[in-house]
Amino acid sequence: MSENYRNNFLKEVEERVEEGHWVKMCMQCGVCAGSCPLGPHWAHPPQEIFMMIRAGKREEVLTSDSMWMCTSCYNCVVRCPRKLPITHIMHGLANLAYRLGLSPKNQTTQKFASMFWNNLAQTGRVNELKLSLGMYFKDGFAQGIKNAMAMQSVGLGMVKAKRLNPMELFGGHGIKDKSGFHAMLKKAREIEDRRKNFA
Amino acid sequence: MAKKTYSFYPGCSSQTKASSDNYLKSTNSMCKYLDIELKEIPDWNCCGASIGYAEGGELPRITLSARNMALSEQHNPGMDLVATCAACWLSTREAKERIAHSAQTLTEANTALAEAGLTYKGNQAARHMAEVLVEDFGFDELKRGVKKPLQGIKFAGYVGCQTNRPFGLAGESFENPKYLDNLVEAMGGEAVPYDQKVTCCGGALAFSEPEKSQKQIKDIIESAYDHGAEMIVTPCPLCQANVEIYQGEVNKRFGTKFNIPVTYYSQLITVAYGGTAAEAALDGQLIRATRLEEIAKK
Ligand code: SF4
Ligand code: SF4
Ligand code: SF4
Ligand code: SF4
Repeated sequence: MSENYRNNFLKEVEERVEEGHWVKMCMQCGVCAGSCPLGPHWAHPPQEIFMMIRAGKREEVLTSDSMWMCTSCYNCVVRCPRKLPITHIMHGLANLAYRLGLSPKNQTTQKFASMFWNNLAQTGRVNELKLSLGMYFKDGFAQGIKNAMAMQSVGLGMVKAKRLNPMELFGGHGIKDKSGFHAMLKKAREIEDRRKNFA
Repeated sequence: MAKKTYSFYPGCSSQTKASSDNYLKSTNSMCKYLDIELKEIPDWNCCGASIGYAEGGELPRITLSARNMALSEQHNPGMDLVATCAACWLSTREAKERIAHSAQTLTEANTALAEAGLTYKGNQAARHMAEVLVEDFGFDELKRGVKKPLQGIKFAGYVGCQTNRPFGLAGESFENPKYLDNLVEAMGGEAVPYDQKVTCCGGALAFSEPEKSQKQIKDIIESAYDHGAEMIVTPCPLCQANVEIYQGEVNKRFGTKFNIPVTYYSQLITVAYGGTAAEAALDGQLIRATRLEEIAKK
């Protein structure tokens, strides 16, 4: 399926990326490039990514970890003279890269984003303790212990202030209509996959 | 004033014993003083926040918010939907606008919702609690309830991103929104001007990319200190958590000696209205807000 897009990355972005149809509206003014809080860590700021898309640099864009540096701060969105929903295009590109298996390996924000989603998709609500433990142990057990030790003061403080419930590990928060919820998400995913040619 | 009733979306982080437990408790106290009734949306789900994108994609994320809105329309008809979490508010309002702009998205969301026996109509506004205070009450009205002014306390009002961009509160600028400062002053406190009011704290990346994002938190706190603030106040549970709990880490990384309390506007209002430290959930702070505790004790 992806073969059809090889020669027209802009078309692929328009069809498969959230709000991707906006990319052609970019006038390369550069305003967004200076807006990202983690700016120095973006190999290619949004402006450059839009240029690369139009130049058909599919591999370079999708394998970049730039989009994963987006903090969803919406600085760019309120500043862009062409009103591009840049935040969502970055999320959409990251999602496409991830779905195609092209996103950089061991990208921590990608791991966290997946964990977050899987956590909520299971029970309908986020279980913060499982989420944070999952994150500490994503690099394996030894590194996990190290990470957990480093964050211990934070974690214990949160338990003492009654803002983290250790019992969450054994159940914790969740919604009642889990079967309806799961069916709903499954259906939404099916529709999206069909529309974006992932099916 | 007559009792006001809203359909309430607390969000994951504000559940009992979750990271913003103190936000929920103090919001409930604040609402008691303001004669606001919050009717929780039955069986609400997580909105997916901004970070849900990698695994969740587009329609599943919109559908998450549509489910909450559908439940709200069905069980709490005729009310506005109100969220306390900035990210919850943003996701909900964004989903609402996406659906409003696209008949296809509406059909698709409702096809998915049908699996859970629900239908989304789109007949309720999606609002943040700060909007309720500012627009449905107003600063003069809010001032009237003050019993113990927060006199002499200097606050840095930290608005952050998602209660400010892309929607923000009506009539406010993105660069220098004033509502939080005005709330502080209505409660008798002093709002110091400082230049990091709308700086991003790193959001979810404070957790997944601590090395890269802790500079954000440092810049915010440093500027607050430099401008004489002794406390930070925010309208967002993630801002609160990031700026409060990582201070130790930031101190280690940058050799700073930060130890500044980070509170919610709902805690300020509760204390100013004569509430106890327990009602304001001041015991939920990792860095104690001693000045507020003293006023609450008086
Ligand atoms: S929302 Fe993302 S892309 Fe936009 S300025 Fe913030 S970090 Fe950069
Ligand atoms: S601010 Fe908008 S128009 Fe300017 S480069 Fe960025 S996306 Fe393009
Ligand atoms: S923004 Fe966070 S806390 Fe609020 S519902 Fe969504 S995931 Fe849960
Ligand atoms: S300031 Fe931080 S927590 Fe608040 S909205 Fe921005 S990124 Fe999210």
